[in-house]
Amino acid sequence: MGFTDRINGFARRVPPWAVYILYLLPVPVLVYMAQTGALGREPIKALEHELGEIALQLLIIGLAITPLRRYFGINLLKFRRTFGLLAFIYVVLHLAVWLFLDVGIASQIWADILKRPYITIGMAACLLMVPLALTSNNWSVRKLGPAWRKLHKLTYLVVLLGSLHFIMLTKVWEVEPLAYMAVILALLALRLPKRRGNQAA
Amino acid sequence: MAFRWKNTLKESDVTDEALFLNRRQLMGGAAAGLGLAAAGRAASAEEALTPNSWEDITQYNNFYEFGTGKSDPATYADELTTTPWTVAIDGMVDRPGEYAFEDIMKAMTTEERIYRFRCVEAWSMVIPWNGFELADLLDFAGVQDSAKYVRFETLYRPSEFRGQRSGWIDWPYVEGLRMDEAMHPLTLMATGIYGRDMPNQNGAPIRLVVPWKYGFKSIKSIVRITLTDEEPVNTWQQLQPSEYGFYANVNPEVDHPRWSQATERVIGGGLFSPRIPTLMFNGYEEEVASLYEGMDLTVQF
Repeated sequence: MGFTDRINGFARRVPPWAVYILYLLPVPVLVYMAQTGALGREPIKALEHELGEIALQLLIIGLAITPLRRYFGINLLKFRRTFGLLAFIYVVLHLAVWLFLDVGIASQIWADILKRPYITIGMAACLLMVPLALTSNNWSVRKLGPAWRKLHKLTYLVVLLGSLHFIMLTKVWEVEPLAYMAVILALLALRLPKRRGNQAA
Repeated sequence: MAFRWKNTLKESDVTDEALFLNRRQLMGGAAAGLGLAAAGRAASAEEALTPNSWEDITQYNNFYEFGTGKSDPATYADELTTTPWTVAIDGMVDRPGEYAFEDIMKAMTTEERIYRFRCVEAWSMVIPWNGFELADLLDFAGVQDSAKYVRFETLYRPSEFRGQRSGWIDWPYVEGLRMDEAMHPLTLMATGIYGRDMPNQNGAPIRLVVPWKYGFKSIKSIVRITLTDEEPVNTWQQLQPSEYGFYANVNPEVDHPRWSQATERVIGGGLFSPRIPTLMFNGYEEEVASLYEGMDLTVQF
């Protein structure tokens, strides 16, 4: 209990803007590394992959907040919007690298979105995040009422599509993308309605 | 017989690495000064090829025996020992046997070949290989008339190839060529790069290079060459037959099911390196197109 209280006390004192700053620090660092060769001999793909992976991690953190409270009493609810918006920022950066640095040819971009299932899926996940980002403010929460909660359940679909997008782009079954999917499925399973006789603390 | 194929470059342009680096610097400086950095990358079959740096070639590649990451081969390369090394040549040959690498080198004449290298993942390099024609090695072993294909095998040694300890791929790695492809003067057995011995991460001590095919056909660290009358099932075809075929000829018009093959990124251009158009048969159309006359390349990809 003491441990949980300490975490909750600490979380109360940390302002969300501090989390934004902390989590946006990797952007200039990665761009600098890409420029100086620290990301390897092909910095474009490396940067694209790093940004996409951070976006997926942020979505997973957002997904973990409810189970953390439900099963461990750790209350990080005030950061859920922060992590969601950060995830959106990273998805947009990931998309921008793909559009402008990776492909850079308009006709091929359009063809890829239509013809390549993993890109179609990635684009779909990105577009589904737009209404979520646009309604991530107190005014929208009040205005939309119960519809807001329903709308934001789209996050579950977004994170599943994002993870699938990662699995589909590798040439063979690789451990890392599958591990992400496993964590996501576990976090979603924890949200299923509890069986009777299992009272929450 | 060595020196059958002529590079598009003069020997004086290509032998010395220091000279290369110098020239690259000069060109880079001049191009930047004139604002022509992007234009300098445009590839055409006629244009002289500027090889990638030693670092590009040895630090960014696929060699799943060391792991699936692009830097894994360079990272774990020193875990492989390549002495002693023998290559078994067997099947439909007159002189089958286990040939020591040194004995093969004594019998062959190596030369430099500057080839485009195009990965199936849509990136490319230009690599100054050293080696000899596969045809010469096959003549050395004496190919029998009944042989229709050549099958190659990479070393299987999970104690040194950490990638072989995972089970996604049915090791050892296998590749194959049709006899006319194997005997083609462009088809090289490479034993070095930039005049140095082949680095472990690039397939030491001896590997295949088939410049008009996607890179995965150019099997590395070869320990067995078998002459056969059956088309070998190569590793990638076995893994994913809808995505990878036996031929794997570079073809900008036949896309990989999951990505376009119309363009490629030249490695080494940094964060703002544009894609360039991929050339039919990787720019070797004149030399090899006749091998595939009458074949539907969208079916036999």
